[in-house]
Amino acid sequence: MALDMGVFCKSTLDGDAVDHCFSALFGLGQNADPSYLDWLMKAWGWTLAVAGLGLAIALVLGAVMGTLRTLPNAGRSSRVLIRLSTAWVELFRNIPILVQVFLWYHVIPAFVLPLKALPSYWLVSIALGFFTSARIAEQVRAGIQSLPTGQNAAAIALGLTTAQSYRYVILPMALRIIIPPLTSESMNLIKNSSVAFAVSVPELTLFAMQAQEETSHGVEIYLAVTALYALTAFAVNRVMAAIEKRSRIPGFIASTNDAGAH
Amino acid sequence: MSIDLSFYNWELFTNYILKGLLFSIQLTVIATVGGIVFGTFLALMRLSGKPALVYPATFYINTMRSIPLVMVILWFFLLMPLLIGRPIGADLSATITFIAFEAAFFSEIVRAGIQSVPRGQAYAAQALGMTYGQNMRLVVLPQAFRNMIPVFMTQTIILFQDTSLVYAIGAYDLLKGFEIAGKNYGRPIETYVLAAATYWVICFSLSKVVRKIQMKVAIIR
Repeated sequence: MALDMGVFCKSTLDGDAVDHCFSALFGLGQNADPSYLDWLMKAWGWTLAVAGLGLAIALVLGAVMGTLRTLPNAGRSSRVLIRLSTAWVELFRNIPILVQVFLWYHVIPAFVLPLKALPSYWLVSIALGFFTSARIAEQVRAGIQSLPTGQNAAAIALGLTTAQSYRYVILPMALRIIIPPLTSESMNLIKNSSVAFAVSVPELTLFAMQAQEETSHGVEIYLAVTALYALTAFAVNRVMAAIEKRSRIPGFIASTNDAGAH
Repeated sequence: MSIDLSFYNWELFTNYILKGLLFSIQLTVIATVGGIVFGTFLALMRLSGKPALVYPATFYINTMRSIPLVMVILWFFLLMPLLIGRPIGADLSATITFIAFEAAFFSEIVRAGIQSVPRGQAYAAQALGMTYGQNMRLVVLPQAFRNMIPVFMTQTIILFQDTSLVYAIGAYDLLKGFEIAGKNYGRPIETYVLAAATYWVICFSLSKVVRKIQMKVAIIR
């Protein structure tokens, strides 16, 4: 079975070959038909948009919820916050992502009317972000709890308030420690963004399903889509590795792996 | 807008939900068992130190881990009929896909488990004159699996959640059951809430069980 990658240079309208493969994308031929390559690139853009927005939501909420779970168990307000964050994690990690996407798309806008005005990819991003935030919160909690207790004790001895000790002592350490698990959660989020097909966001998976049916060149279409997913995940991996390297604390944890120099 | 669940009765459950629930559970069980069996072989290949075994296993595991599960499901649904030469149903395709996909994830757990067994154990078995097979079967794997039980169960919970993704090829699972019931009764919003609640109750109680087992295993160690 030979692969026919030429399918990507065919028009999505009539199936004939187009003059410029990248026509619509780079504006080469203003009036040319869009090719499957154009469609693929647009779909990739949707995947990046959904995953990027979801990742931003997940990181912020995950950091907040994970921090709240480790609050010192003193006073009514901190107990309420601990309960709230625990409930958050248990709620969002025990429901499949696809079901959560349906909840955000079909159910919640029926009760929270302003959400109806949001485009559907926002709703998918929120679903992805909340789902992943529960997992990131667990990583943040584990990171904070892995710090030597002396760190917190020293912060208290210096007269820092709870908020200050988190801001200046605990979080700067903990957030650096958890970069490797955060990397894999980010890559999971990109992979999970494929569920957006179920609510008709025109991203890579939906492109794969529709173009496969239209062209009957399923193998070529799937290969390209799979490669783009792998490429995206790999790029995130490299970016996170660079961040990890830059934010390394000298003389602490993984930094000893760096032989000599600076 | 308010939620009215009075339409959800035993009849609806047995007519629509039960079939899907049983398929989801069946898929989870088969994929767990199959995934652990194939995953163990993959892990042994990766740890064998022979390039001819290490590289194919590593390639397989890394490929599976870097592709979204939905795409893997679509790939198998597309390729299986081409390879076999006749169409196969969504249920069978989903089952094969999940075994193949989960094997990659279980193999990493098994590998970590095997590496957690102290080297002295394997050396002692060698000193006793055991072959590689006897060593693995009688000494290393029994200890490794005991350490792995909580992680296996955590992965199984994730696997149970992931079975909902067979939606992509239209297999009749728990989520599909609720969706069809919602369409037929004209109650789509309520059935999505019920689906979420059902998944949540199952996964939450399983995770509680895992936490109990985790403590027991920790004491034995």
